[in-house]
Amino acid sequence: MNLHEYQSKRIFAQHGIPVPSGEVADTPTEVRDIAVRLGGPVVVKSQVLVGGRGKAGGIKLAKTPSEAEQRADEILGMTIKGLTVKRVLVDPAADIRKEIYLGAVLDRASRRVVLMASSEGGVDIEEVAATMPDKIVKVAAHPFLGLKPHLARTLADGIGLPKEHTAAFIKIAQGLYQTFLDTDASLAEINPLVITGDGKLMALDGKIAVDDNALYRHPELVELRDPDEEDASEREAHRHGLSYIHLDGEIGCMVNGAGLAMATMDIVKLYGGEPANFLDIGGGAQADKVAAALRIILSDRRVKAVLINIFGGITRCDEVARGVLEAISTLDVQVPFVVRLVGTNEEEGRRILAEANLITATSLADAAEKAVAAAKGELK
Amino acid sequence: MSILVGKETRLVVQGITGREGAFHTKQMIDYGTPVVAGVTPGKGGEWAFGNVPVFDTVRESVSATGANTSIIFVPARFAADAIIEAADAGVDLVVCITEGIPVLDMVQVRAYLDGTHTRLIGPNCPGLITPGEAKVGIIPGHIMTKGNVGLVSRSGTLTYEVVYALTARGIGQTTAVGIGGDPINGTSFLDVLQMFEEDPNTEQVILIGEIGGTDEQKAAEYIGSKMSKPVTSFIAGQTAPPGRRMGHAGAIISGGEGTAEEKIAALTRAGAKVARHPDEIADLVAANMG
Repeated sequence: MNLHEYQSKRIFAQHGIPVPSGEVADTPTEVRDIAVRLGGPVVVKSQVLVGGRGKAGGIKLAKTPSEAEQRADEILGMTIKGLTVKRVLVDPAADIRKEIYLGAVLDRASRRVVLMASSEGGVDIEEVAATMPDKIVKVAAHPFLGLKPHLARTLADGIGLPKEHTAAFIKIAQGLYQTFLDTDASLAEINPLVITGDGKLMALDGKIAVDDNALYRHPELVELRDPDEEDASEREAHRHGLSYIHLDGEIGCMVNGAGLAMATMDIVKLYGGEPANFLDIGGGAQADKVAAALRIILSDRRVKAVLINIFGGITRCDEVARGVLEAISTLDVQVPFVVRLVGTNEEEGRRILAEANLITATSLADAAEKAVAAAKGELK
Repeated sequence: MSILVGKETRLVVQGITGREGAFHTKQMIDYGTPVVAGVTPGKGGEWAFGNVPVFDTVRESVSATGANTSIIFVPARFAADAIIEAADAGVDLVVCITEGIPVLDMVQVRAYLDGTHTRLIGPNCPGLITPGEAKVGIIPGHIMTKGNVGLVSRSGTLTYEVVYALTARGIGQTTAVGIGGDPINGTSFLDVLQMFEEDPNTEQVILIGEIGGTDEQKAAEYIGSKMSKPVTSFIAGQTAPPGRRMGHAGAIISGGEGTAEEKIAALTRAGAKVARHPDEIADLVAANMG
């Protein structure tokens, strides 16, 4: 789950990181009022959960309150990478002398939270990593000791930060690491962290991505979820504890296990089909979850065939079969189903589905081939 | 011979009275795995499946039964603590089936375990099985056959898929190990490859990876430089759209690190065979047998 810029900056502020004194608004009139309150030039920033807002025209500078109102009128309602802007952040315009990058991310290789800094702030850090990898300095926080000051100092020195800012930088880096821990983040990033004309460090933009597995212990963050982050079917899947990603193909896939689900998508493509989705029903799914999964797949009108590939371990084939039956009996199913059930309680599963008149398959390749044929109307 | 689990395994089940724990304990017992104890806090003194004593703590179960291996079926919010409890009780091998453990919990768990002698497999894994000897996990026993192929995988169900195809062709296995799909786990591909390389009964190895991270690339370095036994591999997620998380927290491609292409290239360079789809793995393995 991703947090908006304004949400992230509020959390940064709670951890002692200086941020601009901005406010959010949903209408141009409110934006004008905020600009009046702030006095001086402001920046109107669209709050949507995608990168590249500036390039898309979603971030505008305004010198006066009426100009701010006008810019807000342009930005609110605009579409950036498929997302409609419903809210803007109005920040006082900063006097920027230098832009720095500072981020905390989980590093799989070292199994630590790594803090990264770069003198090249304000641009996409992945771009910097690709073109100027030596401009990125990294240190790993210790799992039990945390981010010690000397590590933060290593970052400051590594990016050539003028010495007078080191103390403030260490405080910010430690605040960012604490933010990471307190929000169970998988990424917390300040970009840019700026040095202002009056010699202060300030987090001008930022984002936090939260580990979904940890949301159970963060009800305060769950409330911040922007429902527009996922499309309607993804949201519905989420509600049922299903892992679902909507794609553009015509073969709906219901699989247990992420690896097998990905391999099923791969093989569908290898046989000339296009998967309509990634869907992992997880381990040990019961009949109601299976039925929900099929409802979601079938709600996509582009789906011309459904491929069910279950290899039961912790998942029981009989439970899956009951869910398939439940879905078929309650939904108006117009497309062919190709079903492959192997593993735990497979005989029972096959027995339950015997009367449903579905296309059955033995191997994964067989199932993919049949699903592709069924989607073309060559198999019923 | 085999790796990690076998005839000497004495298993304690953490979460033995839960829905999943009970179901799979029964399956493990039926397979012939020596299940010597169960743990469910508050249910110490009870018995499960007639003759398996239940304890309140792992430590009690170890001192009463000599358990040397633990399997964890407890819910995600209690799982990190359960792993540490097992390590504190001195268990040699902990297999954590539980999925959905917060990754920061695993950062601490892994750092803690590095200071003990306990090895962790998982979390978010199907466990492991040595055919005819011990099943510690949820891999369906009936699809396995005793033989000389070692298998290591990040994906549970994909493992079953491949083992099923092997068995159907009469190709048996030494041990199948599911290391789990989470970004931080206890045992890596590299660890298991080293064990298979040293296991006299394993003649060749199958590695099933997926997008995300660099574990497969590290394994490829080892395969290319140190490994004498042939390796056949498959990488899932070749058609996955970048930047999206595919169920496994580990299976996310972003920042140009961990794409299927990178991994396939590294494995190919190292001399491993790479299958285009899972069903092809058994063909490639059979070809190695000559």
